[in-house]
Amino acid sequence: MAKKTKTVKSIKVNADLCNGCRACEMACSAFHSEPKYSSNNPARSRISVIRRPLEDIYVPVYAGEYTPAECLGRNSYILDGKEYKECEFCRASCPSRGDFKEPDSGLPLKCDMCESIPALDEPLCVKWCMVGALEYEEREVEVDEEEEQPKVSEMELGLEHLVDKFGLHKVAESVARLTKKED
Amino acid sequence: MRYAETGYNLEIDLTRGSYDRVESDVVDTELYLGGLGTNAKIMWDRVPPETEPFSEDNLLIFSAGLLCGTPATGCNRTIITTLSPQTELMCFSMMGGFLAPEIKYAGYDKIILSGKSKDLVYIWINNDKVEIRDASHLKGKGAIETSKIICEELNEPKAQVAAIGAAGENRVYFASIEQGRSSASRGGIGAVMGDKGVKAIVVRGTKDINLAEPDRYFDLCYEVMDYIRFRNENPIPNVMPILAGLGSPQEMKVHDEKWHTENFMWGNSRVRRRDFWNEEIAKDWEETMNSMQRRLISCYNCPMTCGATIQPPGMDTYMMKCFSKLTYTMAAFSDLEFGLGIAQAATEHGVDGFSAPQVMAFALELLEAGILKPEDFPGLPEENEGRFYYLLDMIVNRKGIGNILANGTYWAAKEIGNGAEEYAHNNIKKIEQLPLKLGMMNPVYFLMYSTGEKMNITQIEGQFPQAPFATVEEREAFVKDWIQVPDDKFKDYLMKWEFRGEFSNPYYPTIDMCCEIVDWMEMMHYIDDALGMCAGLSSFPLKPPYHIHNYPKFIEAGSGIPMDEEKLTKAVKRYRTLVRANNIRRGMRRADEKPPENHWKKRFPEYEAELLSAYYKFKGWNDDGIPTEESLRDLGLGYVADEFLAKGILKAGADAPQESASE
Repeated sequence: MAKKTKTVKSIKVNADLCNGCRACEMACSAFHSEPKYSSNNPARSRISVIRRPLEDIYVPVYAGEYTPAECLGRNSYILDGKEYKECEFCRASCPSRGDFKEPDSGLPLKCDMCESIPALDEPLCVKWCMVGALEYEEREVEVDEEEEQPKVSEMELGLEHLVDKFGLHKVAESVARLTKKED
Repeated sequence: MRYAETGYNLEIDLTRGSYDRVESDVVDTELYLGGLGTNAKIMWDRVPPETEPFSEDNLLIFSAGLLCGTPATGCNRTIITTLSPQTELMCFSMMGGFLAPEIKYAGYDKIILSGKSKDLVYIWINNDKVEIRDASHLKGKGAIETSKIICEELNEPKAQVAAIGAAGENRVYFASIEQGRSSASRGGIGAVMGDKGVKAIVVRGTKDINLAEPDRYFDLCYEVMDYIRFRNENPIPNVMPILAGLGSPQEMKVHDEKWHTENFMWGNSRVRRRDFWNEEIAKDWEETMNSMQRRLISCYNCPMTCGATIQPPGMDTYMMKCFSKLTYTMAAFSDLEFGLGIAQAATEHGVDGFSAPQVMAFALELLEAGILKPEDFPGLPEENEGRFYYLLDMIVNRKGIGNILANGTYWAAKEIGNGAEEYAHNNIKKIEQLPLKLGMMNPVYFLMYSTGEKMNITQIEGQFPQAPFATVEEREAFVKDWIQVPDDKFKDYLMKWEFRGEFSNPYYPTIDMCCEIVDWMEMMHYIDDALGMCAGLSSFPLKPPYHIHNYPKFIEAGSGIPMDEEKLTKAVKRYRTLVRANNIRRGMRRADEKPPENHWKKRFPEYEAELLSAYYKFKGWNDDGIPTEESLRDLGLGYVADEFLAKGILKAGADAPQESASE
């Protein structure tokens, strides 16, 4: 099978260093605003700091895949005597909760590592985390070419969510109607 | 479209139980910026001078600063303005934390409370949706406990809560408003909140804050972040550790308390213990702090970690920062373990960390002096530390003698009489000050203490070093990269300043220099209070990342309002004068503007009078401290001049000294 290399981008989260300031949320939402940097709104952020100071809980969590259905079972964790609630570490934009959804439309949000042209040196949340809780790493790995999935674009992600919410038929109808208007 | 600000205030009438989202005038932003500046305008326009602090007509304004909610690092302060029950003047206590940005994201610049609710309520603001909800189940609950209960019952873990404890509900004159890791404490604003029947304000916002020139604004932010890194790596040499770095004084990190414990006063600001600190105490206190401290924490969008979560044995966790670490310890002649413990209870009750310990030490002094009697303290524990817990409980619940003490040392002494006034010795304008008693009168500090209208020295000092440097080399090292000065002449002033001789206190810096130095320091604090910037990254520490040269750019790129240093300086002067005008209208005069008599051993009454007159003149005020008609009109405050003339506070055409009303 043909091999090719791909770049894996990762952010190492050192929750022990997190001071709970949420600069990462602010920066993320500013980067993804339109036009870039023109506004900010942590509720639109693709990173969310779970912050419960009295219990000493500080965990930055990144938005992952959208899921149309919540898990059948749930977990909570106790680590070092601190109890993390159900789903607290989960990255999914999921019907079970309000996290990682656009506050206006409810459309899912997903971290894209601030991919842009020109590329940033590091995702903006990392740049703004001055206490060192977020560290950006890149590494090359070899993968089978065929196993590589094409990237789901942000638009498709949104469409998928709309289809789940309203059904394919209705979405198709709307698209057709909009197409007519454009004509 | 409005940039940086939202352009809307939330007006809540508690008497009628109604609310309204009201658009603000963009012209006011240009004239008064925001935060404290526009608060002062609202107080002037809407709160007549005869209004009592505990009255339906008094307003309680929670204002975000102009740049809160923008990406500017450390810009997170809520400026709370009302009439203080303690001073009976306009007060403006501030707090960092997370509330101000959340207010902005909810779509408001200010939350303005008027009227009074008959029953205890809390206010739930979720973007456009506002509910005034029953809070009877929260009566008597601690401030932090209240926040926790509300977030759980609303199922809103991300909501921000500002709450009062029992002290606020019972209208203790030094009650605070607590918000997680921060509190707005000075002037008894918590008592006004309690008087209005509001237990808590709860805010959740999910809207955008826009920037006028985004790319320019981010570049400015990156310059500030780089400078913070530079300053963290390069602490200022030849000053005490607490002054070397940035942030609110880093009391949670610094363990060496030799300076505070040996230079600040113990008890009721009475006793200096010059040989207090030793290795054993150092070790003991460091162990105490390490055993109770769980993590260093920050306010919104700030890397400075000035606060800490503290868990005293057998008590709930709370958050602390700055000098409240030692105020209870020193008032009680006790140790750090006691101080960190009682501060937990005091935070839940919601009292000011400067005033509360002094009031308690004052009460015990009166008992010892026989002015208060043992029967005034039924059930008083024998043990010293227990007495402080006892007094805290009496005060916050206004039980027995606590009902009198709850009004602060000034008012309590007046009521107790029989010589008690002598014991309320550490006040300025009726409010308890830092426990400091020093030797030689310092002319810069004399002016700051006298004329400060924030009633706290930490809220006016900062930019100019507190003491001269010993050698010319040290001075040169300090001034060489002192970019924050508005003018290079300040470098010359510092270069010549000596510990002894011709160029030392009290006659150097000269009167003219003192006026300029104090004016600069005060200006930086007033800018912070309008923008919502934390003093810890700006007006308070030496060589901060925000200063008069980059602030106009931040305001312009953020809000879109054209700004330069001259225009900003004038705007600050305008609303600083308006703050004074509010207080002059309420009767404040020159006679009120003085440090405690025993603040310095060596005083120079005639020279001090000369200093004060010169500073008034420099500020455009007459010899009684009243802004002159000419300076008011020049600042665009003609409406103030008109009222002063109509009321006879000023006389037409005569900017000559007026008869003092309060002398």
